[in-house]
Amino acid sequence: MAYQFDFAPVLANTDLLLRGALFTLELTAIGAILGVALGIVGAVVRAWKIQPFCWFFGVYVELIRNTPFLVQLFFIFFGLPSLGLQISEWQAAVLAMVINLGAYSTEIIRAGIQAIPRGQLEAAAALAMTRFEAFRHVLLLPALGKVWPALSSQIIIVMLGSAVCSQIATEELSFAANFIQSRNFRAFETYALTTLVYLCMALMIRQLLNWIGRRYVMRNSHE
Amino acid sequence: MSDFSFWDIVRNLLTGLQWTLLLSLVAFIGGGLIGLLVMTLRISKKALPRNIARTYIELFQGTPLLMQLFLVFFGIALLGIDISPWLAAAIALTLFTSAYLAEIWRGCVDSIAHGQWEASASLALNPYEQLRYVILPQALRIAVAPTVGFSVQVVKGTAVTSIIGFTELTKTGGMLANATFEPFMVYGLVALGYFLLCYPLSLSARYLERRLHASA
Repeated sequence: MAYQFDFAPVLANTDLLLRGALFTLELTAIGAILGVALGIVGAVVRAWKIQPFCWFFGVYVELIRNTPFLVQLFFIFFGLPSLGLQISEWQAAVLAMVINLGAYSTEIIRAGIQAIPRGQLEAAAALAMTRFEAFRHVLLLPALGKVWPALSSQIIIVMLGSAVCSQIATEELSFAANFIQSRNFRAFETYALTTLVYLCMALMIRQLLNWIGRRYVMRNSHE
Repeated sequence: MSDFSFWDIVRNLLTGLQWTLLLSLVAFIGGGLIGLLVMTLRISKKALPRNIARTYIELFQGTPLLMQLFLVFFGIALLGIDISPWLAAAIALTLFTSAYLAEIWRGCVDSIAHGQWEASASLALNPYEQLRYVILPQALRIAVAPTVGFSVQVVKGTAVTSIIGFTELTKTGGMLANATFEPFMVYGLVALGYFLLCYPLSLSARYLERRLHASA
């Protein structure tokens, strides 16, 4: 007998799915803001070769980019407590996302900074801009503008990757899906709907980041 | 406290590492073959195959690998076929890899000057021959570096298959961490294992990229 699809038991738990999706978005938002901030620091240190941090960020970037997010998450959640550092599930999830995104965005933003001609900063100094003004308007924003699409993609990859945080019982979207299918035994239907929610979130975040990019980051770079 | 010596742990992790490596190879080769097919559809002049391929790529790039794994694992079980975690992992990772490789390779094929297609058409080659004998050999040269770079993502992706119960490196590490109560050391070694697989790939991708730019 052919299998009868039944989405009703899943749709009955829409509120759980939505709550999970909201938590995934919260984790992503915090992770993205702190991760990109860390990436900016790392990119400046790497681009200007500020010792001794340059070496540190170099090792950090290679270590993170060459190991799976899931292992980083386990290392933080199970490994750190044995050093006497207790953190909760969601804190571990956010920390792992920040560290992960920080490494990728360091490399992405560094490429943007290195694409800014050196003369630009000298020109800014000649116009009597303060160092901070020059850094913000002449270096950072144009650099971010150049790499904004790549940075956006990386943030979406981190959001999708956060699905594995259910493994340390962070109560995000895939955790909600696991919970629902464990009670209604409609595994395929549950995960199919959850996947659709992830797809919608990915498209939504893409639109949002495009809008932020146009509105705040790339507004001066219509060369 | 534990019956595991350090070398027992390392030996078990090495066994897990072999499965990680095998799964990566299967996914990469299978993904390459399907990816080539999807790429061919993606650059088609007809709208239907092009849109099918684009949707395929969007679906795999816009959803978590974990969900793709679950859907394959539970979806095939619905057909009444008993599927092992190993087979589910291989199928899901192959599809995942094919979508990314198709998109990477499409970019490479697109970067070949359009005149090459026209020139080969004027030599009476059919579209398949144009792609096979004129475009792909040139695109291949550009494609090597990003393809090697993406292989790192495939190796890292295999870690997620531990969640459906495939006993690769991460799963082995999880069991050892539970048995020895030394998660810091065990997960550190697991991370080291992935690093040893991935870092050479990252380095060669960077080297290949630099060499391509130097000769171009």
